[in-house]
Amino acid sequence: MRTREFYVAMFAAAALTCATSASAQSPYGIGRPATAAEVAGWNIDIDRDGHNLPPGSGSVSHGHEVFDQQCAACHGTKGEGGVGDRLVGGQGTLATKTPVRTVGSYWPYAPTLFDYIRRAMPQNAPQSLSNEDVYAVSAYILNLNGLLAADATLDAKTLSAIKMPNRNMFVSDPRPDVKNPACMSGC
Amino acid sequence: MTEPTDIDHDLAAPSRRRFLREGGALVGGAVVAGGLAGREALAARAETDNLPPNVPEWMKAPGDPMGSQLYGTPSPFEKGVVKNIPKNLPQYISASGRTPLQDLDGIITPNGLFYERHHGGVPTIDPAQHRLMLHGLVDKPLIFGMDDIRRFPSQSRIYFLECSGNPVYKKPYGKTASDLVGLLSCAEWTGVSLKLVLQEAGLQAGAKWVIAEGADAAALTRSIPIEKCLDDAMLVYSQNGERLRPQQGYPLRLLLPGFEGNMNVKWLRRLRVAAEPTYSREETSKYTDLMPDGTAREFTFYMEAKSIITRPSGGQKLGAPGFHEITGIAWSGHGKIKRVDVSVDDGNSWQEAQLQEPVLTRALTRFRLPWHWDGKSAVIQSRAIDETGYVQPTLAELLSVRGDNHFYHNNAIWPWRIADNGEVTNANA
Repeated sequence: MRTREFYVAMFAAAALTCATSASAQSPYGIGRPATAAEVAGWNIDIDRDGHNLPPGSGSVSHGHEVFDQQCAACHGTKGEGGVGDRLVGGQGTLATKTPVRTVGSYWPYAPTLFDYIRRAMPQNAPQSLSNEDVYAVSAYILNLNGLLAADATLDAKTLSAIKMPNRNMFVSDPRPDVKNPACMSGC
Repeated sequence: MTEPTDIDHDLAAPSRRRFLREGGALVGGAVVAGGLAGREALAARAETDNLPPNVPEWMKAPGDPMGSQLYGTPSPFEKGVVKNIPKNLPQYISASGRTPLQDLDGIITPNGLFYERHHGGVPTIDPAQHRLMLHGLVDKPLIFGMDDIRRFPSQSRIYFLECSGNPVYKKPYGKTASDLVGLLSCAEWTGVSLKLVLQEAGLQAGAKWVIAEGADAAALTRSIPIEKCLDDAMLVYSQNGERLRPQQGYPLRLLLPGFEGNMNVKWLRRLRVAAEPTYSREETSKYTDLMPDGTAREFTFYMEAKSIITRPSGGQKLGAPGFHEITGIAWSGHGKIKRVDVSVDDGNSWQEAQLQEPVLTRALTRFRLPWHWDGKSAVIQSRAIDETGYVQPTLAELLSVRGDNHFYHNNAIWPWRIADNGEVTNANA
């Protein structure tokens, strides 16, 4: 924070002379405060631990109905894929010649499913599903992958508690990992 | 005055005359269309009519009047130089289009030919109704309009931008330089240092990541390490001197020099400062690289050093033995290009190419090598070395470490085969 304090000091005079609605801590006094309601309306981020998941819940059976109406046309009636990504199966294939990356085989965190469906799906009408429907569709996709019982209901707590099979298979970037000796002649 | 009397000219003349007659009174599409038709017909005439010792047709009448085009477009003779859009994709909402690298010179990509990658189509955003929200681990959450953003001190920088999947590792490989690495472009970007905007809100202790979100139908979200945000990251509103094109994030995008393309979030509407990444779909199930043992690399941000010969390159044909300049582009997400080596003997020996100044950090660098083609079959290729000393690897070297289930971050050397008839093809295909 040393840098910022230096910066604040540097621009304190300028901020005072051209201050509008901003407080003295903002070097340029540009922008206006965001209210809690504005932030709450826009912040739809759900992290891997499920923080910020909304109230509500949805069952696998309701998710089946929503999926058939909203998702199956692109992802297949059983999540086998089509115009949209395959969502189901592939567990045990990631180290083979033909890996099948799906929610069940590849996705490391279950809350990401809620985050992505809510923000981006269905592709023709994103952010149109209710939170209950998003919980339900998430539940159905997890059920199709054998990760949730057919009579289960998902909410913030239960979705966050699901451990995905591929959770521990991600590693950080080790590059540079490939070396070219840069031979110039007689290579 | 020698008036050509061939059939092509007879066909061309009426539209040419109509164009001249109407051109003085009208501007816009109708006139341009008439003019194009006339010019195309002229082009179809016998080649010799406009060559020495004859006086060319375009010197015998006034050209297009001022105002024929209110926003200039290339010559109709360059109409083949367009974005390279894959055919027969299952859908075009989440898709990419490539820059025709082999048809361009220098290091700056024209805005109309800049590569595109969208995850939810291209939104049409009214800048008066666009807002950037900055919240999370900040002293003061803020909202900025576009006029606010443009009040900050501005800067202009030239940087390349490259999609991480450029190209993939598995066959079939593309035919042209554009097919292979056309998800790459370079522009002069104008905007504000992200650091200044973050300082305006005041970073709190524990601020380690900034989560960026786009205002498109994918609400595309990526997590950016705070170090990058306080280094050379920019909020950009102009590209090559004009406001961003819609395909490039109008009215506001994030620009993270040297980082994989999708992290440079377009149509930027929200920055949330956080202690942890958000682990969005785009940084877990996508843009991660599968290794042969089934593990996957995540948060592989930098695009490593890379180069490609754009002339001669796949799909082109050398006319005759003799002098041919070899030229191409090199770039590195880790800084400046230090050297480019070129081999014209299938990798048996290499020689240093000339680099066109200025050589800029995280920008395309143009290289050239004078070459006399002896008319025999040959394999030519280029190898970039950046200021960290990193050397661009061969495809075999990459595959031996990463396997071919790896999807992104392929920076392999790409050789071109020149047949004895001059035809250039992908030597790895």
